[in-house]
Amino acid sequence: MALQTATPARLILSLPNVHCAACIGTIEAGLLAVRGVQSARVNLTQKRAHIQAVSAVSAAALVTALAKLGHEAHALDPTALTSTATDKQGNDLLLRLAVAGFAMMNVMLLSVAVWAGAGDSARNLFYWISAAIALPTVAFSGQPFFRSAWAGLRVGRWGMDVPISLALILASAISVSETLQGGDYAWFDAAVTLTFFLLAGRYLDHRTRAMARSAAAVLSALAVPQALRISPAGHDLVAVADLVPGDLVLVRPGGRMPVDGVVTDGQSELDRAILTGETSPVFAGPGHRVCAGETNLTGPMTVRVTHAGADSSLHQMADLVAVAEAARGRYSTLADRAARIYVPLVHGLSFGAFAVWLLLTGDVRLAINIAAAVLIITCPCALGLAVPAVVTAASGRLFARGLLIKHGTALERLAEVDVVVFDKTGTLTLGVPEPVDLAAVDPVALSVALALADGSAHPLAQALALAIRARGILPVALTGVTEKPGAGTSALWQGIAVQLGRADWMGAKSAEMTATYLRIGSAAPVPFRFTDRLRPGAVQAVTGLQALGLKVILLSGDSATAVAVCAQKIGIATYAAGLTPARKVARIGDLTAAGHRVLMIGDGLNDTAALAGAHVSIAPASALDAARAASDIVLLGTDLAPVVAAVRVARIAVHRMRQNFAISIAYNVIAVPFALLGFATPLMSAIAMSLSSISVSLNAMRKES
Amino acid sequence: MDILIWLIPISLILGGIGLGAFFWTLHHGQYDDPAGDAERILLPDWDQHPKP
Repeated sequence: MALQTATPARLILSLPNVHCAACIGTIEAGLLAVRGVQSARVNLTQKRAHIQAVSAVSAAALVTALAKLGHEAHALDPTALTSTATDKQGNDLLLRLAVAGFAMMNVMLLSVAVWAGAGDSARNLFYWISAAIALPTVAFSGQPFFRSAWAGLRVGRWGMDVPISLALILASAISVSETLQGGDYAWFDAAVTLTFFLLAGRYLDHRTRAMARSAAAVLSALAVPQALRISPAGHDLVAVADLVPGDLVLVRPGGRMPVDGVVTDGQSELDRAILTGETSPVFAGPGHRVCAGETNLTGPMTVRVTHAGADSSLHQMADLVAVAEAARGRYSTLADRAARIYVPLVHGLSFGAFAVWLLLTGDVRLAINIAAAVLIITCPCALGLAVPAVVTAASGRLFARGLLIKHGTALERLAEVDVVVFDKTGTLTLGVPEPVDLAAVDPVALSVALALADGSAHPLAQALALAIRARGILPVALTGVTEKPGAGTSALWQGIAVQLGRADWMGAKSAEMTATYLRIGSAAPVPFRFTDRLRPGAVQAVTGLQALGLKVILLSGDSATAVAVCAQKIGIATYAAGLTPARKVARIGDLTAAGHRVLMIGDGLNDTAALAGAHVSIAPASALDAARAASDIVLLGTDLAPVVAAVRVARIAVHRMRQNFAISIAYNVIAVPFALLGFATPLMSAIAMSLSSISVSLNAMRKES
Repeated sequence: MDILIWLIPISLILGGIGLGAFFWTLHHGQYDDPAGDAERILLPDWDQHPKP
């Protein structure tokens, strides 16, 4: 034991549904109750739990322990989450912000004394003290702007940081020279206030970016693909990346195919839903080809690897994704468009003011003062806060509803959407079968079916057993129950042979829909049909999106009947079945060409290219990692209903951004004429700057109506 | 106005103490989980004594 505690393991769990003090209490207590756990701490902000435990404790054991308490949890890979570099950058910005805030308060106090009418010598003293505080502050806190402006100028880019840096440097320089000459106005307060508000915007922006980055890290951390390799020495667990063609791997029932290959031993059924969207399991035996991503259902199988890693069918999808992504093109954000108009306008105004005043008066000092005043007053204080404040507030709201925004511009793109394309299997449905029309079957046959289904771990059999039990029917007594992997279960009932399994096994004709068959003696096989259970919130999501005026379309790779039944149940009028991944992308391309902005919601590998090609995309957390990587937003919980909230919040957010731009432009429109005419005072700029920044922030945080 | 000789340094020192306190909290990870810390005050554990 002492040896084990010497090497504690660090485990991280993702907790998508944790939201209150009670959750923290139960989760921490539940984790500590697991043997070997030394400490557990929930981080509510990141919705994660950090656990120290002896190395014998596995993340899977902790996940099951939490599932018993009713909390959903996913294991994360701690090595993928060491994002200390971004934390350091955030802390650095916060430090500069704090220094700027401290300086701003002190300089403002001194400035208030000057504005209140401090006399000549006192005013000069105050200006010198202000200079002693403000100059080091601007030099320290303004560094992020100077650095980024310089980096932009060196490659010939004229970004928002150039007017900011220019305003900061000009304000400081003019103030020093005015103080030296005993002038009336010094702009030290403007310089530090500008630094403070702009840094606040920069910090918020950094926080949303860091959150998106850590979201991406969480997602890559979720998938730790491993496989059981069969070697002469026995079985060993290896990373999928280490497999080479010719290796033999063992795939247990319930496991996912790690590679493409050929079955050499064993027979079973395969669930191909994640690859093709088909819900009916297919048979696989020796000689059959299998593809990475398929799930093995009943019997263990040995597979010889034919393609591994980058050559496997999973990775071939990447080409399609790259093509689709290229077609999407670069999105220009609201802030980009605003900066493109704003920057030349401000520089033009300032330079124009300098030229005109110089020509009219011939006084260089006055002309420079007025040009500086124009730059300071128009400095994009509120513009710098306009977008980050809104994005921070909106993504915080969405995170609370279980939506992770992975991409900075995803909110803006989501707001423009007018068509929503859903995938069926795994997205609108859970991929969990549910028997239909059980009432039409003879109760005796049902109890025989129940007894047979109890002997199998096949998902169809388990779903059937669950549904029959729910009807209050008890199983009959059977003897000699045997399961034939890839076929079904057989037994003897009162001396008669009974079978439950695939249609071709008992010589029946298989139906269009997913079904399993029961044969009693030599009677004709009775089919049990299955439909896929709907994801919770699927109907609310579809009706909610339709109520928002969006057109909802269902595109699936499954059979026509299954898609039609699902579309009817949910209330989607437009649907298409049997689509290949390339056809899905083509459909989305057609919609885009017709002028629509498409939101794609999907989870399977067959959706990946479509997710990348759509204007914006959402994937559930249960999706394959390739699909999650290709999407802009990830749904953390099982419920689909938050999608409606996402669209609504995004629309409100973009509306707020426009309002914020309007507010900051309005302040500028009022203040700029004063500055141009030479009436601008430091007091005016201080009032305009603070008021516009505060009103923009308040507007961003306002409750959605 | 002689009082200014005292008041200005005092106000700067007081502000500096606040700034120093902020640096201390920043370096001790007090902003790692603001939402969780706000909720934890509602938990009954460790009410009488700090967590060892």
